[in-house]
Amino acid sequence: MKTYLPPKFIVERDPERCIQCQVCVNQCAFDTHYYDAEDDEVRSRPDSCVGCHRCVLFCPTQALTIRRNPLDYRENYNWRPEVIEDIIKQAETGGVLLTGMGNDKGYRIYWDHLVLNASQVTNPSIDPLREPMELATYLGRKPDRVEIDRDYPGLKTELAPQVRIEVPVMFAAMSYGAVSINVHESLARAATEAGTLWNTGEGGLHPKLYEYGNNTIVQVASGRFGVHPKYLDVSRVVEIKIGQGAKPGIGGHLPGEKVSAEVSMTRMIPTGTDALSPAPQHDIYSIEDLAQLVYALKEATNYTKPISVKIAAVHNSAAIASGMVRAGADIIVLDGLRGATGAAPKIIRDNVGIPIEMALASVDTRLRQEGIRNQASVVISGGIRNSGDVAKAIALGADAVYIGTAALIALGCTLCQQCHTGKCAWGICTTDLALTKRLNPDIGARRLANLLRSWSLELKDILGGMGINALESLRGNRLHLRGVGLNETELEILGVRMAGS
Amino acid sequence: MTKKANRAVKIDASGLLYRELNARLREVVSNGTQRIELRNVCGQRYIGTDLGRPVEIEIFGTPGNDLGAFMDGPRITVRGNAQDGCGNTMNNGEIIVHGHAGDISGLSARGGKIFVREDVGYRAGIHMKEYQDRRPALVIGGTAQDFLGEYMAGGILILLGLNLKEGEHHKANYIGTGMHGGIIYLRGSVEAFQLGKEVGVAELEEKDHQTLQGFVGEFAAHFGYDAQAILKHRFTKLFPLWIRPYGRLYAY
Ligand code: SF4
Ligand code: SF4
Repeated sequence: MKTYLPPKFIVERDPERCIQCQVCVNQCAFDTHYYDAEDDEVRSRPDSCVGCHRCVLFCPTQALTIRRNPLDYRENYNWRPEVIEDIIKQAETGGVLLTGMGNDKGYRIYWDHLVLNASQVTNPSIDPLREPMELATYLGRKPDRVEIDRDYPGLKTELAPQVRIEVPVMFAAMSYGAVSINVHESLARAATEAGTLWNTGEGGLHPKLYEYGNNTIVQVASGRFGVHPKYLDVSRVVEIKIGQGAKPGIGGHLPGEKVSAEVSMTRMIPTGTDALSPAPQHDIYSIEDLAQLVYALKEATNYTKPISVKIAAVHNSAAIASGMVRAGADIIVLDGLRGATGAAPKIIRDNVGIPIEMALASVDTRLRQEGIRNQASVVISGGIRNSGDVAKAIALGADAVYIGTAALIALGCTLCQQCHTGKCAWGICTTDLALTKRLNPDIGARRLANLLRSWSLELKDILGGMGINALESLRGNRLHLRGVGLNETELEILGVRMAGS
Repeated sequence: MTKKANRAVKIDASGLLYRELNARLREVVSNGTQRIELRNVCGQRYIGTDLGRPVEIEIFGTPGNDLGAFMDGPRITVRGNAQDGCGNTMNNGEIIVHGHAGDISGLSARGGKIFVREDVGYRAGIHMKEYQDRRPALVIGGTAQDFLGEYMAGGILILLGLNLKEGEHHKANYIGTGMHGGIIYLRGSVEAFQLGKEVGVAELEEKDHQTLQGFVGEFAAHFGYDAQAILKHRFTKLFPLWIRPYGRLYAY
């Protein structure tokens, strides 16, 4: 069938600069550049370009420019090019449109409507370069009250397992199979260096990464891939995945092409079969059932590790979160509307779920009202872009955040949204061995650790400016936030006052 | 030492919460005990979890949900019925139920064997999977409810229907729906409408007979049946039509 889809990008090669080295031919994973032997010339077929900019950055003479090719349809606010082209694609394939990364639509980003406070005159700000500043965070269930043993200075109260992280930023769940082994290794090493945690996602843990177990959160999802006693044993935290922000209520189908020999070993399924994650976990149809799995995992790990439960932020998150805490979750994770994925139906990614800022505020408020906020740590994810977002999230009530997309950008991702194709030119979202090699874990770990270092330094600056010397004092302290350009209801749900008031 | 190890340690479970009972089990097993007898079990969950050793556990009474969840090695004999989630995500070991078992028996098991003398509930054997020589098996003496072997990604599921009357059919619908690995053997026949659309039906081959000989033999030995008498009947083999059932669902 002749396709009516126009090329999305224009590929321009400056003949003055191009030295015919064919680097672009080798770098493009989508076969856009090719060498025409007859004419002895490097050429391109722009229709296959996805705009990942790999070639642009690797061209030694900066001869390449990739620009969007907005077909100038007649102006129409309703029938925008994306809408038209999605229909064309469906008419030509009859399939569910797949995509990668997070929701790219223009839903309001509330972080951009919240501003932070600083100390002026009435209390002094602190200079973090010279004074101690505390970012350490303890994840896990906190007791309702503590009893102190006066004879042996120490606690009489028995504490639930706690995990100390040095910076309130962890790496979000990204499964091996969706991302390459070198991504996993980069995340594991950077988390270890920075004293934080990374998350295996639901595809198991490659044995060569067991050594980073102390900084590893392992996931137990509906597919139960690679879940065995050793996997649970080596981890620091076990996370039950109920849902993710990019596709609430939807399972996962890791396509058979991505199930290579190594992925098959880690997931413990045969090579080449689809790795299907059912939409629900079939042992969880209720809060009571969730409690059953939470305690099954506590039994399986002999009560030595916090058990986390992750859900996608949806309309009833606050009530659900209350149930999760009561079901015994030590950490609850909310993944918002902008949470990313290696593959999801586009229609789900772009239309289901709620903004994480709203979910966080309502969950924190609800748990406080019920007097159970101390019983679980709250972690959020889905679109956290910088340390400013982190500080605002902490002030809104989060204990820590997960970053996924930001971590991948640190590794080279340019958000081309082609993760589901398995051809990621940056060697991130692929199991192709040649592409995987493009990401060197030594360099990957360095880049990620650098990112965490930058954010830590900035967080300390933000805290110092507020005259606070411990992150703990900012946590849930919404008086440090003010809203800009928000209506009454928005302010009420966020629990913040308007700037100027 | 051997003598001590061979003697069964008896635990009276009456009045014990599951956490207490399982802590006792861990303690007893870490002392090198090989055989444990649990008396008066009444709904305690997760028995056999986190023991990580091939000990023998005999249960009198009714163990609770998630019997042998994440289990790695023990062999559990239940003198009674098992509840839901028996063998949930089991890695290795054996569960032998002298009675019925509830829903999602063998959910996501990746190894080990489960023998149930009577019936099982809904979605038994769901998402069992296999990798190389790790191949879980679930053998059911009676019949099963709907969605038997749903999403199966590996392993062997055998449904014997021994308690069905002459001419009576298995009642389960959606058998093997979403199946993309492993194999199901049914004693007796089922109508095409009872099968998931991802399942194919085939005659048994020589190696299927061998597999059945082995598992039915074990089943018969556990529960005092005559294996040859069971095997004389006609069996149907169900297999996944595709290893990528949803490969054509998506547009890239
Ligand atoms: S797909 Fe990426 S590497 Fe290929 S031509 Fe386009 S921008 Fe360059
Ligand atoms: S991970 Fe790779 S394929 Fe996915 S958006 Fe980033 S660069 Fe593109």
